[in-house]
Amino acid sequence: MTSLLALGILILTAFLLLVISILTRNSNPRFREIPALTRLVRTLGLSVEDGKRLHISLGHGSLLDERGGSAFAGLAALRIISEKTSVSDMPSVASAGDPALGLLTQDTMQAGYQAAGVEELYLPTTSRVTGLTPFSYVAGAMHIASNENVSTNIMIGHFGAEAALLADISDRDYVTLIGASDNLAGQSVLYASTQDALIGEELFATGAYLGAGTSHSASLTVQDILRWLIIATLLGGAAAKFLGVI
Amino acid sequence: MVNYRYIVRWCRREVFGGDLMRVVTAVIAIAVGLMVLFGYFFAQFTSIQTLLLNWAIILAGVASLVGIFNLIAVHTDKVRRAEKGSVYSALLVIALVATFVFGLILRPQHAVMQVLLNGIILPVEATLMGLLTITLLYAAIRLLRRRADVISIFFIITAVLIFLGSATLPFGDVPIFGTLIRPWVSQIWALGGARGILIGVALGTLVTGLRVLFGIDRPYGGK
Repeated sequence: MTSLLALGILILTAFLLLVISILTRNSNPRFREIPALTRLVRTLGLSVEDGKRLHISLGHGSLLDERGGSAFAGLAALRIISEKTSVSDMPSVASAGDPALGLLTQDTMQAGYQAAGVEELYLPTTSRVTGLTPFSYVAGAMHIASNENVSTNIMIGHFGAEAALLADISDRDYVTLIGASDNLAGQSVLYASTQDALIGEELFATGAYLGAGTSHSASLTVQDILRWLIIATLLGGAAAKFLGVI
Repeated sequence: MVNYRYIVRWCRREVFGGDLMRVVTAVIAIAVGLMVLFGYFFAQFTSIQTLLLNWAIILAGVASLVGIFNLIAVHTDKVRRAEKGSVYSALLVIALVATFVFGLILRPQHAVMQVLLNGIILPVEATLMGLLTITLLYAAIRLLRRRADVISIFFIITAVLIFLGSATLPFGDVPIFGTLIRPWVSQIWALGGARGILIGVALGTLVTGLRVLFGIDRPYGGK
C-alpha cells in the first residue's frame, strides 16, 4: 500500500513537472522576494568587477542517499555561477566533501565555462574535494575562504552544525555568506550565523532565481501544488479523525 | 589502408567533444536511474537495482582516490607557487602521503595506524567539535546585533528554554523547565516546525531528483 502510494506521488509529480514545464516554457516567471537569493544575484555581478572570487561550498552530501537532492540543487546553482563568473580575473572556486560530488563539481564547472565559450580558462584545481569527513571538509573550505581572496562564500548543499565554523571565518574575514542546507541542525546554525539564511525548500529555489531555465521555475510550481495537497490531506485527516470517520 | 589518425581525430571531435558523448551519457544515466527507481516498486528489478547500487559503491570508492589526487594536486600547486598558507599545504601533502604509505605497508589495523587515528585524527575532530560549541554560542549572542526581529527573539528564547531544560545540575533537572517547558517546546512546537521544514525539503529533493532522472539537469557529460 505504501509503495503504491509512493509510486502514485512519483507519477503525479513527474506528470505535473512535464506539463507545467511545457505550459510555461514561453512565459516569464515571477518569484517572491527571498533576500538571500537577491543578494546572491547581486553578488554574481559584483564579483567580476571587484577582482575577488566566489567560493561555492557544496557540502558533504553523498549522491547515493537522500542527501543527494541538495547536492544536485547545489550543482545546478554552480553551473549558472561558473558560467556567469568564468570571465572574471579571479575564477570561482568550488569545494565538496564527497568524492563523487567532487567529480561532478569539476564536470559542472567545466560545463559552465564551455557554455560561456571560454573552456580554455577552466582550471581543474578550482574544483576541489577538501576533506572526506564533515569537519575535515569544513577545515579545508575554511582555508579557501580565508586565504584565496574570496568575497562571498556560497554554501548550498548538505551541512550539519559544522557550518558554523565556516560561517565564523567568513564573519571574521568580512566575507559575505549565503547559506542553505537540507539538514535541520545546519539550517538553524546558518540562521544564527548569516544575515539572510535560506530555510527549508528555499534551497531548491536557487536555480530558478539564478535563471537556470523553465524546468526550475516549473519545479517551484510543482512543489507548491504538492505542498497544498499535503496541507489538504493533513487537515482532512485531522477532521476525519475528529469526526470519528477514520 | 585505414587512416587511423583521421578516425582518432573524428572520435575526439564527434564522440568525446561533441553532442554524441552528451547523448550517450544522458541515455546511460537515465536508464540506470530508471532501473534503480523501478527496483523500489517492482520485484523484477530488485536484483539489477542491487547490482547497479554495488557498482555505484565501487565507483564512489574509486572517486575517493580521484578526490585525494585532486587534493594533492591542489596543495602541491600551492607549495610550488609559494602561495599564502603554503606551509600548511606542504604539511597536508606530507601527512597524507605518509599515512597512505604506512597504511599500505602496515595495514589499517596495525598498532601504529591505530595510534595515528586515536592520537591525531580523533583529537583534531574533537577539538573542532569543542570550537564549534564556542562558535555557536558566539553566533547566538551576535544574532540580535545582526538581525533584530521577532523571529530572532523567538529563536533565542527557545534556545535558552531548551538549554535550561536540558542542563544537568548537581541537584537534578531545573524544575518546570526540564519537566514541563522543554518537552512542550521540543515535542510540540519544534517537532511540528521540523516536520514542516522536512516535508518542504523532501518535496524539493523529489522534484530535483526527477529533473536529473529526466535528463533536464545534467551535472555530467559537459554543457
